[in-house]
Amino acid sequence: MKRSPADITESTRRITRRGLILGGTQLAFMGGLALRMRFMQVEEAEKYSLLAEENRINLRLLPPARGLIFDRNGATLAENEQNYRIVLVREDAGDVDDVLARLSRFVALDPDDLEKARKEIFRRSPFVPVTIADRLTWEEFAEVAVNGPALPGVTPEVGFSRVYPLGGDFAHLVGYVGPVSDFDLTRGYLASDEDPLLQIPRFQVGKSGVEARLEHGLRGQAGNKQIEVNAVGRVMRELGRTEGTPGANLQLTVDSMLQNYMQVRLLADTASQSASAALIDIENGDILAVASGPSFDPNKFVRGISNTDYQALQDEQLRPQFSKATQGAYPPGSTFKMVTALAALEDGVIELDETVYCPGFRELGDRKFHCWNRGGHGKVDLITSLEQSCDVYYYDIAERVGIEKISAMARRLGLGQRFDLPITGLHPGLTPTKAWKREHRDEDWLIGDTLNSGIGQGFVLATPLQLAVMAARLATGQAVLPRLVKSVDGVEEPVAAAAPLGLTTSILQEIRRGMFRVVNRRSGTAYSSRIVAEGMEMAGKTGTSQVRNVVVRNEDVPWNQRDHALFVCYAPFDKPRYACSVVVEHGGGGSLVAAPVARDIMLQALYGGKPPLAAYPTAQRGRIQTQQQKLALRDPASFAPGANRL
Amino acid sequence: MSYLEYTVARVPTGPGKILYMNWALLVLIITVACIGFVMLFSVAGGNMSTWAEPQIQRFLIGLGILFFVAMVPIWFWRNMAGFAYAASILLLLYVEFLGVEGKGAQRWIDLGFMRLQPSELTKITLVMLLVAYYDWLDIKKVSNPIWVLVPILLILLPTFLVLRQPDLGTALLLVMGGAVVMFLAGVHWAYFGAVAALGAGTVAAVFTSRGTGWQLLQDYQYRRIDTFLNPASDPLGAGYHITQSQIALGSGGWAGKGFMQGTQSRLNFLPEKHTDFIFTTLAEEFGFLGGISLLALYGLIIFFCVISAVSNRDRFGSLLTLGIAATFFLFFAVNMSMVMGLAPVVGVPLPLVSYGGSAMLVLMGAFGLAQSAHIHKPRGRA
Repeated sequence: MKRSPADITESTRRITRRGLILGGTQLAFMGGLALRMRFMQVEEAEKYSLLAEENRINLRLLPPARGLIFDRNGATLAENEQNYRIVLVREDAGDVDDVLARLSRFVALDPDDLEKARKEIFRRSPFVPVTIADRLTWEEFAEVAVNGPALPGVTPEVGFSRVYPLGGDFAHLVGYVGPVSDFDLTRGYLASDEDPLLQIPRFQVGKSGVEARLEHGLRGQAGNKQIEVNAVGRVMRELGRTEGTPGANLQLTVDSMLQNYMQVRLLADTASQSASAALIDIENGDILAVASGPSFDPNKFVRGISNTDYQALQDEQLRPQFSKATQGAYPPGSTFKMVTALAALEDGVIELDETVYCPGFRELGDRKFHCWNRGGHGKVDLITSLEQSCDVYYYDIAERVGIEKISAMARRLGLGQRFDLPITGLHPGLTPTKAWKREHRDEDWLIGDTLNSGIGQGFVLATPLQLAVMAARLATGQAVLPRLVKSVDGVEEPVAAAAPLGLTTSILQEIRRGMFRVVNRRSGTAYSSRIVAEGMEMAGKTGTSQVRNVVVRNEDVPWNQRDHALFVCYAPFDKPRYACSVVVEHGGGGSLVAAPVARDIMLQALYGGKPPLAAYPTAQRGRIQTQQQKLALRDPASFAPGANRL
Repeated sequence: MSYLEYTVARVPTGPGKILYMNWALLVLIITVACIGFVMLFSVAGGNMSTWAEPQIQRFLIGLGILFFVAMVPIWFWRNMAGFAYAASILLLLYVEFLGVEGKGAQRWIDLGFMRLQPSELTKITLVMLLVAYYDWLDIKKVSNPIWVLVPILLILLPTFLVLRQPDLGTALLLVMGGAVVMFLAGVHWAYFGAVAALGAGTVAAVFTSRGTGWQLLQDYQYRRIDTFLNPASDPLGAGYHITQSQIALGSGGWAGKGFMQGTQSRLNFLPEKHTDFIFTTLAEEFGFLGGISLLALYGLIIFFCVISAVSNRDRFGSLLTLGIAATFFLFFAVNMSMVMGLAPVVGVPLPLVSYGGSAMLVLMGAFGLAQSAHIHKPRGRA
């Protein structure tokens, strides 16, 4: 359309006016932007620079405090100790080698450890903190903290590390912790554990014993904190924090005083270099002490064991790392005779008053099964057979009742099964059956196998812990179940009511009488290990399990071919409270080597400490007194409730 | 054909008219684009081929377009305005139904050598059509309600299509760009007052509707508003972009951390550092001085456009130049406000600097129009 000049002028005027208004507005807005920019970049520059430096917002896990472990009286068995350490973040350090070199001027760093740490640093992502040095003294720690600016990427940290105040006493039972390994995470017991804590380098997890088996409860739940870290890795502020849950505190049924005594006493005799024992409370199955000697200091494993120390633990004969009381399975020898007797008597293949003639051996085809007494015991009834541990009696009744019933009785008494206990590598023992031999040995069961099994030899295997349970079951007639955890975080674990074993009382009474006579009759095999204090009398059974077949005198063969000495017992006879088993590897005869140890342990338990000499037979008191003085026991203060807390 | 009869004789013709180009504007454009290349080189960690090279190629194509558009007489473009607008609408409809999914939103047409964003094109074609409309309309009728309704519908049609994508940023720019043209054309103040009141009502409605069945915006858009209002509330989540962007900008300080020394962009704290958030890298590496310089360059571009417009007695050319300047202004104003934490994070690139083909080519075409208006403006006294 055509426009008049007036219109054009009006249009231009309007556009100019509005254009200038718009331009002015735009200019004003740009001025605002410039002011804002100035405000941010000049006034607030420092704040934002700081923010930029702090920028790395990281989520860091807060490892929970590991649960403590106490004994039944409240003495501490596993504690967390403050630990000063140094961590390094590679990406913040810049030149790692340079920083490490400077660091070693403040802290004594072992070259091997340093090399290990270096490898770790370069193996992990650049932002992962890696522990360079552990267990620093306060002085070293302070020095590093003060020299922080010269050590980019290095952060001194306070952590906790596990400490076992009672050292070797509980090395096998409580076990120890160590840094989580690739093996643990891929094929070990933590393979299906998704806990992010396990990704922390050198995170401590249970490696054996209760520490490993109850790892989950002891570990607790990780908390986390969101932090902002500046360019050199120093934590500037925390954005938020979720507290974790500390691990559960465990109270075990063990009595550290008894455990200590047991541990020391086991190896106090020269005949005993490698031995184990178990002591349980008959009433509730509480494991009061279970020890294997020799032991080792678990603290060395936590700190990182030196090569020499580690080699020393690799002794193939004494096997210090091996928990013989729970992981070791031995032929129970004559301690098994109560099982055979019960099986036969309950089955009725022999009467209580029936006798068997022992000429010193038993012939089976062209094979002779010897009694330990080559001269023979003559006419033997049940009680005498136990008292004098006549083998022929048991060959006879074992053949009559058969292996299936013997093994069934053994399982009823607690052998051949794995108890539900938080113990690593718990051995189930072995109560053989015909099917078992067929399957595992690909051979038929022979009568000779039954005879051997009848006296606890051959295929039969039992752990010292199982033998103690057996003694407890014999003493009560009830299926006593061993228990190791007394309470978790102060909440008592229920004691399972022991079910009656369903054994005939009169038969059981006779067995017990036999066991009483083993210890308390002059002709008994453990007479020298009797307790004379009134109301404290002990009942027991000796055992000597053959390691070899050839009949040679024990003293003439090398140590590792000598017989194992065993003893199972309970006391007091009238009102049983404790059951105990002792196995001395290659110790020789059970009556000479194992029974005295068991008696001492039993007395310690009965008297709750050092027993009076009056409890021992008069003739032995002098020797016992000397022996008591020689024992290197711990200060009783370390067993008191609340002892060993840091 | 408002002025042909008395101006055409005074309009430069032939190849020589290139000399009448607004050279200052061209130099400014090239300068800003070069800053863009430098920044793209920097955010790529010192790599030309990642972003800088393709961007240079597109800029050269854009320059070609600019010169071509500039040499064509402005009245031709006025006659094309309706077609351009219709084409934009068709392309928007096309992406609505056939567009390739990009970043969760349908915005692209894949042309093989580049991806065309019709919404970018629409920003200019809408301005063109509105300006042509006001050029055609009798000045006296400009504030007549009926004649005010027409441009509003012209604005709302593409806005609605863009919102469907959904692209809040572009939709806002379309509305604001259209409103600015209406303002420049002389629509009465009262209308703007009414719209402002309506806008306030809408804002209220948007917030009231939240969480109800008739919720007006997408959840993500609400979250953006939330984090805009309080970015510190969620520094690790939804507020991450803006928090990091502000840290980068603020930490640049007076003179910046130095070329390629920006820790925020180097360490990938900055999101979209080559596109919408490129200004933060510039401000981080060159500081307040660098940021204010770019702002000044933008200001000068606006300034030369306004000068060119007010000295142009041709209504179409003048309004178009101002409209283009305003659209350009909206681009960088919204983008900078966004990275400085003054506006919500909406996807608006920094004009001539951000990596992106469509925006670059469309802007160069737009400046071509402004140059055409400049070259073909009536010279001498009427």
